[in-house]
Amino acid sequence: MTPSAAGPAPPGGFLEFQNISKRFGTIQAVEGVSLEIRKGEIFSLLGPSGCGKTTMLRLAAGFEQPDAGRIILDGRDITDLPPNKRRINTIFQSYALFPHMTVRDNIAYGLRVAKKPKSEIEAEVEKMLHLVRMTDQAGKKPDQLSGGQKQRVAIARALINKPSVLLLDEPLAALDLKLRQRMLIELDLIHDEVGLTFLYVTHDQGEAMSLSDRIAVMEKGRIEQVGTPAEIYEAPRTSFVAAFIGDTNFLEGEVVDIQDGEYSRLRIEGLPEIVCFNDKTIRPGNSVFLSIRPEKVHISRDRPEESRLRNILPAKVEDVIYLGSMTKYWVRTGDHRIQALRQHARIFLDEKPIRWKDEVWIWWHGDDGFMLERYRERDESLIAAPPQNLEESPEDEDKG
Amino acid sequence: MRTEIRSKLREVLMTSPSFLWLAALFALPTAFVFAIALRPANPFGGVGRGWTLDNLERLADPLYLDVVWRTLWISGLTTLICLSLAVPIGYVLARVSRKWRGICLMLIVIPFWTNFLIRVFAWKALLHPEGPVKRVLVGLGLAGPQTPLLYNPAAVILVSVYTFLPFTILPIYAAADKFDFQLLEAARDLGARPWRAFRTVFLPGIRRGLLTALLFVLIPSLGSYIIPDLVGGPNGEMLGNKIAQRVFVDRNLPEAGALSVVLILAVLAPLVVALFLERKKEKPEAILR
Repeated sequence: MTPSAAGPAPPGGFLEFQNISKRFGTIQAVEGVSLEIRKGEIFSLLGPSGCGKTTMLRLAAGFEQPDAGRIILDGRDITDLPPNKRRINTIFQSYALFPHMTVRDNIAYGLRVAKKPKSEIEAEVEKMLHLVRMTDQAGKKPDQLSGGQKQRVAIARALINKPSVLLLDEPLAALDLKLRQRMLIELDLIHDEVGLTFLYVTHDQGEAMSLSDRIAVMEKGRIEQVGTPAEIYEAPRTSFVAAFIGDTNFLEGEVVDIQDGEYSRLRIEGLPEIVCFNDKTIRPGNSVFLSIRPEKVHISRDRPEESRLRNILPAKVEDVIYLGSMTKYWVRTGDHRIQALRQHARIFLDEKPIRWKDEVWIWWHGDDGFMLERYRERDESLIAAPPQNLEESPEDEDKG
Repeated sequence: MRTEIRSKLREVLMTSPSFLWLAALFALPTAFVFAIALRPANPFGGVGRGWTLDNLERLADPLYLDVVWRTLWISGLTTLICLSLAVPIGYVLARVSRKWRGICLMLIVIPFWTNFLIRVFAWKALLHPEGPVKRVLVGLGLAGPQTPLLYNPAAVILVSVYTFLPFTILPIYAAADKFDFQLLEAARDLGARPWRAFRTVFLPGIRRGLLTALLFVLIPSLGSYIIPDLVGGPNGEMLGNKIAQRVFVDRNLPEAGALSVVLILAVLAPLVVALFLERKKEKPEAILR
């Protein structure tokens, strides 16, 4: 995945957004966004619909003009260039294949427009057809192709112009799950083969995680965090990133003291004191927000061994959701609802399974609770929790 | 087997009313026109006995050839002007906001509230040597005091374009409305300048609308009668006028029939070509399906 063949990347970005703002009517689509995308990497813009990610892509393609800010490609200011003058090509969400042209003519379009000699066009088109494995479909019209085939034609049509950057606007959104997984691998292979810079827009965190070298998480026209998939997942800076990427538990607390300089003890309402890794300059008395990933929370019937950095809490199971490879448990401890994920493994078969209303123990390591830099209450709504207070409804009492 | 026969029978029964209607009111009269064209005229304004080719031979008269040629080029030019105005208008209509689209469509349709004949008369007043258009043009130095605006082919074309333009805008707008404008962005993205993208992606995309518009203006303008009669003068006469003269002035029905045959063939020709083009486009898909 690393573009080692392209030589050392120049300092700074290959494609740079500098302080970009764009407004549509009363909607501020993008607000003061700066990004540096390195040469040869797959960079994803990830966010919910309406977060401004597609606007960023359209700005890069030249379909929209920013109200403020500059766009730099390979050291050249391209902000005022029309789309046809930019060495950037786009793969549209709906593919936008020309319906009146065959697959071959669609792919050849860019070179024909550039008035390349006929023999060169033919050779290049054959090469592209081969790359996307569409040689035997070359004479068909787009409406005779399946979704995955259209997708491949769109890729070939964009790549034939040898762009510096390839923009992908939710290219897999229209495909079903299995095809999406296959196309994802194919995109990765194509990226390795052509060594281009990819700017990939998606709302699907799974796609972004598995494909990207780096991800920028966007929300309401701003960048929340930029980093590698692991950084984004393991060290989310804001409650939005923590809740949008994967799943999480939020806990609000206050720092009691700092131990060994690295760990803090937190007071959280309704819970015993919690140990937490503290790499930030947070002092006793400060309030903090913790994010704990569900798969980091262990659950069992037996009380685990005590350890200095282990937070162990008694809890009661409120909901059990079977997910195939895993089971998700919603448990209540004190006033808090916590979700815990448990991978299914053979070893557990001998054990009595954990059921609804069971009294259990949950625990997590102090390193796995992550302090957020910014917390907003509305991000709680991103966590899909089952309805509360199941125990109080009369039907449930009957079942018990 | 029996169900097959029954379904066939039902098909025949279902289509027979419209088939009879077309046969009685369209095919039969057309056949009469063709038949009358092959009959001699009688001095009382009726149709004589026997069969003759005289009427068709008389069409070789240079006078008629002139009129046929004029009919063709006036209609052709009218069609060309209408289409080249309607395409950009249809494009803009499909792209403007819903509110403006409603207003513009309204403006296009409103003239139909006035009778066609009255609107042509209005043009006669406008283009009159003492009329407002003439005065403005002379005032601007764009026309000399002696330049005639009325009673020439140009006046026929102007009024024809005015009359048929809505009929070309509407089908083109309908096609443009269904057009996926992201295709234009895709073309621009691949390096095409605006005009090239328009020509290679938008125009093929609205092909059906263009074809409909073409037939909507070409066919009625080939058969045009009132417009050249009112604003054409002797130099702007078209086939329709000649047919009317043969019927009302000369009372020579067979010769009028012969002229009508020419007109019908002239109208059929573009239709057949259009149908053929559509078939050719459709065929490869039809085979694969």
